Amino acid sequence: MTTEIKLPFDQEYLSSFSKDMNEPSWLTELRLKALEQAEVLPMPRPDKTNIKNWNFTQFEKHIVSSEDFNDVSELPEEVQALIDLEKNKTLYIQRNNRPTFLAVSNEVKEKGIIFTDIFTAAREYSDLLQKYFMTDAVKVDEHKLTALHAALLNGGVFLYIPKNVEVDEPIQSIFLHDDKDANLFNHVIVVAEDNSSVVYVENYISTVDPEHAVFNIVTEVIANNGAKVQYGAVDNLAHGITTYVNRRGVAGRDARIEWALGFMNDGNTISDNTTNLVGDGSYGDTKSVVVGTGDQKQNFTTKVVHFGKSSEGYILKHGVMKDSASSIFNGIGKIEHGATKANAEQESRVLMLSEKARGDANPILLIDEDDVTAGHAASVGRVDPLQLYYLMSRGIPQKEAERLVVHGFLAPVVEQLPIEGVKKQLVEVIERKVR
Amino acid sequence: MSQPKLVINDLHVSIEEKEIIKGLNLEIKGGEIHAVMGPNGTGKSTLSSAIMGHPKYEVTSGSVVIDEEDVLEMEVDERARAGLFLAMQYPSEISGVTNADFLRSALNSKLGEGNEISLMKFIRKMDENMEYLEMDPDMAQRYLNEGFSGGEKKRNEILQLMMLNPKIAILDEIDSGLDIDALKVVSKGINKMREERKDEFGCLIITHYQRLLNYITPDFVHIMMQGRIVKSGGPELAQRLEAEGYDWIKKELGIEDETVGQEA
Repeated sequence: MTTEIKLPFDQEYLSSFSKDMNEPSWLTELRLKALEQAEVLPMPRPDKTNIKNWNFTQFEKHIVSSEDFNDVSELPEEVQALIDLEKNKTLYIQRNNRPTFLAVSNEVKEKGIIFTDIFTAAREYSDLLQKYFMTDAVKVDEHKLTALHAALLNGGVFLYIPKNVEVDEPIQSIFLHDDKDANLFNHVIVVAEDNSSVVYVENYISTVDPEHAVFNIVTEVIANNGAKVQYGAVDNLAHGITTYVNRRGVAGRDARIEWALGFMNDGNTISDNTTNLVGDGSYGDTKSVVVGTGDQKQNFTTKVVHFGKSSEGYILKHGVMKDSASSIFNGIGKIEHGATKANAEQESRVLMLSEKARGDANPILLIDEDDVTAGHAASVGRVDPLQLYYLMSRGIPQKEAERLVVHGFLAPVVEQLPIEGVKKQLVEVIERKVR
Repeated sequence: MSQPKLVINDLHVSIEEKEIIKGLNLEIKGGEIHAVMGPNGTGKSTLSSAIMGHPKYEVTSGSVVIDEEDVLEMEVDERARAGLFLAMQYPSEISGVTNADFLRSALNSKLGEGNEISLMKFIRKMDENMEYLEMDPDMAQRYLNEGFSGGEKKRNEILQLMMLNPKIAILDEIDSGLDIDALKVVSKGINKMREERKDEFGCLIITHYQRLLNYITPDFVHIMMQGRIVKSGGPELAQRLEAEGYDWIKKELGIEDETVGQEA
């Protein structure tokens, strides 16, 4: 079934936008073709959530113009709390669609690492970007939203780690949303060449709440042979934003991809997080935490696909649902034929804090090979009264005891985030949402 | 500081409509160590859970009073702040909450807003107590009881006891599943509280076995059968039980089956 949805932008607009941005012709062509595809491709169909009435395609503005910040001290408090330029010297800040701040440490510079906004990457590293932009991980023609993403791309960052380069300090991006008219088609690419390693952390943060906005976010992580990528993200977008976020990784031989994802959006969200373990001995680990509040509807599909022999995949998801929020947690471990000795493990736990909240954990194992191991665990329940009794028996009041249990429940991801400010802010957001 | 007093008067307790404790009287003062002994199924653990306010147990009549305050009217956390402590037989595991964070939160709840302990002071106090209880320093940063061995859990209960400094502590089968070394360490903790706090600290030890009482000499020993205290005495009573078992008491009192619900 194809639904006829009139897209808000046409070929003429996109050609001229691409030209204004000085984009290479391959990208202009890719945009135009993607726009055609977006018109005919179907919407994605997240399992168990009907998104027929969600608006991912109708909005007014493709680009908003935002001023630069003259100085770090002008950044909103919420952003300042996330950064510590003394410790984490490599930082990119984007204000709506505008790349507004970029600092790169000497270490990162000297090691030949490329870290720049996506527009600059298209101009200055055109061949490299072309090689990885929606080729290996996410494809343009998967469905209407991937195509629309490619067509309307209006923000993002490109991170490239050369062969054998290891960088210890975390590399940080902040995507600030502070204009009600903004819509974001943000693309993040992390390429780690053979035997390199990198830690990347990003925050999406709203300081305004629009009537309605569309965010369509794609991340592609390419970990080539023997590379290691740790990817941390905290999404904290406003209630009026409908979000589609697709974070996908491809791991080569003996490569590792570790995700730590905090989903703290206030609006309706569809998240697809897939790790393709292509190489033998590759390793994928996904930890995500979710807090659902208000009347929010969300769908989280976490998938690890095993192609490589002896590949290992771990999925851990913890969700807390309150008010009348509802969430679907689909966990998929897929082992392809030939991926002998693969191991697919997953665990989904949902904690309900109110009668009206809903949470469904759907663990799925799809196995097409005999010589493998796999396991799953899932539970949906309330805060354990015996845990509360135990904590209260030490003098801790019930509210505080509940807070401790919920924090503990979400700790697996919080602990994993390598930047202190980001960790602290996630704890604060959780605190605010759960209270 | 004054001498605390816990008074249990004609206590009746049910679980799921079944009466387990059937009129129990007991008074514990600061400076005293009481042991409640008895075979399995006589209501010993029910007693400790009911005093602390376990959600599954219902007190149907009687009273529990600490320093003239009605314990049964209090929430669980209020009971703790009033000075009660229960070292549990099966402590809960709480993932993601470190032992240190939990203990600090508990201690600060007790001290109240504005009187919180400084972080440095807390760490020092915790280190000291952990060393005294021969605990691995890593255990401060491990998640509360998660993956702890039986012995580690029991030591951790005593650590909490020492940190929180209650007026009256109840130890529910703290000796079950402990090897002799762990038993000695646990006893060392209790004895330290006893020596240092003197009349300010009272203790109720619930146990099957006399073994623990070799290390902590009780002032009073009570035998529990069929949901009541059927006999009380001094430490010599525990020794006689060790030597002769419970049969002589049953005979003396004309009890055939000591478990709850088997009254003649």
